[in-house]
Amino acid sequence: MADLGPLIPRNRDIHPVPYDPGYKTSVARSPSQPLLSMESGASEETGPTFGHGTFGALDNNLIMNFSKGAAPAIGERILMHGKVLDERGRGVPNTLVEIWQANAGGRYRHKKDGYLAPLDPNFGGCGRTLTDDEGNYQFLTIRPGAYPWPNRGNDWRPMHIHISVFGHSFGQRLITQMYFQGDPLIDMCPIAATIKNRSQLDRLVAPLDMSNSRPLDFLAYKFDIVLRGRRQTMFENKLEGM
Amino acid sequence: MVQPLDIHQETPSQTAGPYVHIGLMPSFAGIPDIYENQLGESPIADGAKGEVIEIVGSIYDGTGWAMRDALFESWQADASGKFAGQDGADPSVSGYCRFAADGETGEYTLKTVKPGSIAGRGGQVHAPHISLWIVARGINIGLQTRIYFEDEDNSTDPLLNRIEQRQRVDTLIAKKTADGKYRFDVRLQGEGETVFLDI
Ligand SMILES: [Fe+2]
Repeated sequence: MADLGPLIPRNRDIHPVPYDPGYKTSVARSPSQPLLSMESGASEETGPTFGHGTFGALDNNLIMNFSKGAAPAIGERILMHGKVLDERGRGVPNTLVEIWQANAGGRYRHKKDGYLAPLDPNFGGCGRTLTDDEGNYQFLTIRPGAYPWPNRGNDWRPMHIHISVFGHSFGQRLITQMYFQGDPLIDMCPIAATIKNRSQLDRLVAPLDMSNSRPLDFLAYKFDIVLRGRRQTMFENKLEGM
Repeated sequence: MVQPLDIHQETPSQTAGPYVHIGLMPSFAGIPDIYENQLGESPIADGAKGEVIEIVGSIYDGTGWAMRDALFESWQADASGKFAGQDGADPSVSGYCRFAADGETGEYTLKTVKPGSIAGRGGQVHAPHISLWIVARGINIGLQTRIYFEDEDNSTDPLLNRIEQRQRVDTLIAKKTADGKYRFDVRLQGEGETVFLDI
């Protein structure tokens, strides 16, 4: 196998700060010592792969997957779509994208969520898919509701969808959240505010995409995801054993 | 002004939150039937070569509390040091596993094969290890670390040798508790804090 080069080191300045008193749980869950920085090796540059045969036809349809196609979930129908690319701008094909979210009332189907909004009998709240040959993905789902959470006296999460992405290297592993254009709760959210650079937070806000909205059916929101890229290795030794 | 670099920035992370199991381990969240299968249920299949081992541990926050909601992913080579997809890799080792801290006790269990040592660039050899990625509510960007083994020769491992405070090396080394059994605890903060990686 040709050496594609080490992963580009993470720019930690664009990411949230690990310790943020505004997000109380982070206080005791953030390392106090600096991270040990090192160039990636095979452990970080390789990663798991998942075959197309693993996935069911409804896996990326959150409106229908919980009821196995029997009845649709309640809520505003939306298409969430976008492209997974790397820092060099290349699409990342055949990579796993997973999402999870609250239902239209802001309630999660999880034993730890006791919010008084009811469960929707036809909504599970998770989906998964592989990107296509160009790195594109899509999910059909409903717009999640905002919900209150125990932090400061009256904190609410803006509408959001959690997203987990793999890339082709374990060192590219990323979890983030997609917010919705125009939601006033984004500016009040202590979790969104763990990202200190406003222009970076803006990158998590999906615009309404009327060009991909389907008349009489659903609105579309576009959310592209950028994963770590690789450094070129001209003038360097080849990786032995690969 | 200068020419543009044509480089994109990585998408910023956000916490996985308390309900991460819904997305990554739906059975654990109480949604067992939504997919035909769950991804990363085991890093090995029947017939995997090498020593089958079990690693047990807890993850403690800065107050010493064993967290009940953490989710882990592990990635490793097979017994000969090859990763899935590489020439000569053991077809019975996917090398990838997802597991969660128990909701009652906070303890996790990883059953796998002990990996071999790994060849790196420039002839470096990395001692046998398992890469670990940890997410949970309150963790704003996934934490990376490694599990090494106390009964292996770790003396020339390039990563362990980069740790200046030598007593901290110990935080990356699983302790043997019985034949084929190891304990590996993670401490997020404070005394005995695990070495986390930017790699
Ligand atoms: Fe959430």
